[in-house]
Amino acid sequence: MEDTVKQEDHFNEKLEKGDFIEPKDWMPEKYRKTLIRQISQHAHSEVVGMLPEGNWITRAPNLRRKAILLAKVQDEGGHGLYLYSAAETLGISREELLDQLHTGKAKYSSIFNYPTVTWADIGAIGWLVDGAAIMNQVMLQRTSFGPYSRAMIRICKEESFHQRQGYEIMVALSKGSAEQKQMAQDALNRWWWPTLMMFGPPDAISSNSADSIKWKIKRETNDELRQKFVDRTIAQVEYLGLTVPDPKLKWNEARGHYDFGEIDWAEFNSVVKGNGPCNRERLKARVGAHKNGEWVRDAATAYAKKQAAKAAGSLVA
Amino acid sequence: MNKQEALIDYCLRLGDNSLVLGHRLSEWCGHGPILEEDLALANIALDLLGQTRNLFTYAAAVEGKGRTEDDLAYTRNNYEFRNALLTEQANGDFAVTIARQLFYTSYAWLLFTELQKSKDETIAGIAAKALKETSYHLRHCNEWTIRLGDGTEESHRRMQDAVDSLWMYTDDIFAQTEGDALLIKEGIAADAATLKPKWDAMIKETLTKATLKMPEGGFMMKGSREGKHTEHLTYILGELQFLQRTYPGMEW
Amino acid sequence: MSNSNNEWPLWEVFVQTKSGMPHKHCGSVHAPDKEMALQNARDTYTRRNEGTNIWVVPAAAITASSPEDIGPFFDPSNDKAYRHPTFYTIPEGVKYI
Repeated sequence: MEDTVKQEDHFNEKLEKGDFIEPKDWMPEKYRKTLIRQISQHAHSEVVGMLPEGNWITRAPNLRRKAILLAKVQDEGGHGLYLYSAAETLGISREELLDQLHTGKAKYSSIFNYPTVTWADIGAIGWLVDGAAIMNQVMLQRTSFGPYSRAMIRICKEESFHQRQGYEIMVALSKGSAEQKQMAQDALNRWWWPTLMMFGPPDAISSNSADSIKWKIKRETNDELRQKFVDRTIAQVEYLGLTVPDPKLKWNEARGHYDFGEIDWAEFNSVVKGNGPCNRERLKARVGAHKNGEWVRDAATAYAKKQAAKAAGSLVA
Repeated sequence: MNKQEALIDYCLRLGDNSLVLGHRLSEWCGHGPILEEDLALANIALDLLGQTRNLFTYAAAVEGKGRTEDDLAYTRNNYEFRNALLTEQANGDFAVTIARQLFYTSYAWLLFTELQKSKDETIAGIAAKALKETSYHLRHCNEWTIRLGDGTEESHRRMQDAVDSLWMYTDDIFAQTEGDALLIKEGIAADAATLKPKWDAMIKETLTKATLKMPEGGFMMKGSREGKHTEHLTYILGELQFLQRTYPGMEW
Repeated sequence: MSNSNNEWPLWEVFVQTKSGMPHKHCGSVHAPDKEMALQNARDTYTRRNEGTNIWVVPAAAITASSPEDIGPFFDPSNDKAYRHPTFYTIPEGVKYI
């Protein structure tokens, strides 16, 4: 007992000093659990996030866009992989993590439960969804757990083109024909609110936020990041000549920030609970890929075992 | 067919091969058997797409009518496509995808090995770059063929089925046109007929290592060189060309 | 690390970014054997022209010092300033030393 207290003091001291926590360091069980939950949620989001954009790889409007989109969606897969690896350092296997996703025990970012119905959605996702994700991720580069921080540094470096390619698509559409411009506005209308929801519930009711801040897993609150995102994005919307679907959006001189309307948290909760437009499809696709891949993974394992046995045999001989 | 027409046709054919096969591989993105393999298949698809862009850009330049790589990819009809029938076959299970890779990539490796010596400098340059990429693709599909063939009973069966079912499209990869004869004489194109025995040997070696049987003879389907395709191609083009066909002439 | 099921083992990946540079740890991949580990590492960690050479090592084969070792392992070298060139005084005007 006394030991635990001493270890906890030492742990807190390290956090206080801004030192990183490494996998073998002592850590409170709740810190470990929070990290596993957050990192795996993040990993799942990357991997599920491949699906809505992946939809449009075969339909991209030209070869340049096709290459960019394929590289981008592939990056998401890579980022999922980095994050699963980071989570694995905490003593949980990827198989267990995937199992949690496939059985619905683990969550992923709800934004990916919305459909991509036009090409403009690919622009909107890159610009808004990746833009919002990047705000979170930039903060997470300084997160207190070493492997998570290192993964985030790599991810941020690679993601820097993701938002730009999305905005470039939106610029092309908003300068294009009336139909293209309408496509862009329609995408903004559908993605704006779900993007704001990505930052999570308001600080006042967020159950996980306080612990995460205390342990320096997160360094800015949901509301702070959300405000920062709105403040930064409005000028980009104006450049496109598009309108944000929020009549209450207004610059507040006194606060030095934009005021914006009430977020529909009922919708958010409903989608989180599984009742979004694409929840079932997304999960089905992931479960299907894993199941259909089982015989492939087993084959490679079997082959490796045979080879190892042969090598052992020839050593004996 | 004059030399210019023959060269355009040749570049389009090679570019169509990589475009259509790359399209198929990109369908795996997000659905692979394990995350690591998702990344691998996407890397190959990206290489193929790059090859297409180089070849189409050159074809358009040789043609000199101001068409672009996108005009060639997005506005030609199915009967104008010259990709090998093999490349348009559906992904099937992972074994089918790997067998398709093995058959195509072994050919591409032999082809680019020859073409890097082409008297046409642009072709030689494109081939030299593509050869490096293809060498890696070949390693990837060879290793997988061996693991699936010599893995479990199930994987062996699936892999043998895949090899058997795609075998009928393998002669078509090597089909030549009268234009080819012209280019071969000029030292621009590779003579596919000389590649075939080498291809047979490569495939045989890998299949043997993989404890798989090499199919022999049987019905061979052809037609890609005349633009006669299987049912799959129009579906592929339906997706590929959807936006350009629905909103012609737009910038994206 | 729990690895009770059929999951492919974990490999640590070290990439040399330029010839002459040391290999640096950059993450891990799952793979059934060393050849596939090499390929997976290549496909995962060198997508942006970052590499000239890759090492893959089974994660289980790595022996690491433990956090408790931090004192006995590393503190003793703390007071050996004479190992560093700045410890020494060289008369002004003396060159190439």
